[in-house]
Amino acid sequence: MIFDPNVILKHLPEIIQGTGVTLALWIAGMAFGIALGFLVATTRRYGGKATNVVLAIPVEILRGTPFLVQIFLVYYGGPFAGLSLGPIPCGLICLTVYSAAYYSEVFRAGFAAVPHGHVEAAECLGLSRVQIIRRILLPEMALIVLPPSVNLAVILLKESAVLSIITVPELTTTISAIGSQEYAFLEAIFLLAVIYWAIVEASAKLGRIAEARLSTFRFSAP
Amino acid sequence: MSFKLFFLLLKAAGWTLSISLVSILLGFALAIGLSAVLLSSKRLYRAPAELFISFFRGVPLLVQLLFIYNLLPFIGLNVPSVVAAIIGLTLCTAAYQAENLRGGFESVPRGLIEAADMAGFSVRQIFLRIKVPIAMRLTFPALVNEAIMILKSSSLVSVVGIVEVTKMAQDLASSTYLPIELFSSAALIYLVICWSIALIGRYTERALPGGVK
Repeated sequence: MIFDPNVILKHLPEIIQGTGVTLALWIAGMAFGIALGFLVATTRRYGGKATNVVLAIPVEILRGTPFLVQIFLVYYGGPFAGLSLGPIPCGLICLTVYSAAYYSEVFRAGFAAVPHGHVEAAECLGLSRVQIIRRILLPEMALIVLPPSVNLAVILLKESAVLSIITVPELTTTISAIGSQEYAFLEAIFLLAVIYWAIVEASAKLGRIAEARLSTFRFSAP
Repeated sequence: MSFKLFFLLLKAAGWTLSISLVSILLGFALAIGLSAVLLSSKRLYRAPAELFISFFRGVPLLVQLLFIYNLLPFIGLNVPSVVAAIIGLTLCTAAYQAENLRGGFESVPRGLIEAADMAGFSVRQIFLRIKVPIAMRLTFPALVNEAIMILKSSSLVSVVGIVEVTKMAQDLASSTYLPIELFSSAALIYLVICWSIALIGRYTERALPGGVK
């Protein structure tokens, strides 16, 4: 296996662009997913028993089926249901909904981990529901939900590679195309693996730093 | 959608199940070796295992599969694509399972090991009678989770040309123009298998000694 750096240099703009698409889809999908997941988790907590059960159904379906099948259903099945989406919007929507299902479970576990007495105390003091979420639940569960959230972020980045199957022009698509074009598929895939690895290691490191900072905050808070 | 199409999907589910099962079992065997290396006190032994785990946990499975599928012929091994798929899934799950097992062995309470030592157990007996059963008990839920993950990830082996549920649904969808029905049915099959694994896992966990009755 001969690794020719000139090939990489020649295609550097494309590689950077592909990395940009992957990062943008990943971060946007995650941000929307966190927002939607939080909404689902709070609705399940406060919306009564029926809402809780009804919302559990889509969450369980999304968590129990492969991401690839979900993408295929939306991308190939969508036009038959009047929903024609290009690869990028389809990818972003699928990534958002998929991550929302997982994040809602992370937040649900986070809510459950906050001692019940704290919530009751806040209720006795007359705090409103929004205030309880903002001032009691969120700060107390931040340290609990951070490690699983970082884990999930890494999983989502890796799942985003699957979007290459529906021709989203992200990192995997770009580099496989370069590999076929240059007759160096194996080298290209190796480079691809290294880029993903670097992003994953960097985000795991960021997560650890955030965790360390958050835990010192927790100890210094009165 | 006719029953015939659904039957074809069910038949393809056999591939999904068998590839996942073989990969999980092989991955577990590999993970035992890896976790033993990880628990070694010598940094020189630990480093390669840590690198292996970091790599296979840090790279998307799709990329791993593409790499292995293209690497095997390159190094002169012309094997069927099923073998490439199983190797890919096995290496990936081994990395995750090794990390689980390491966690399990590390959380065996020290007091129990000391007590066994006091009671005159040999090193071998402590390992077989104290460490292994407790670590297995502690890591069992993680193993069930991993089995579900691998089952879902096995949909990716369609990229190396294996006709399992996802690929079968894709092929049938392109010839029958019934993508919604076919992909929903594929999703249903995955759901049923995942829920069955979760259910069996929960019952087995309760039946294991030390479980919540």
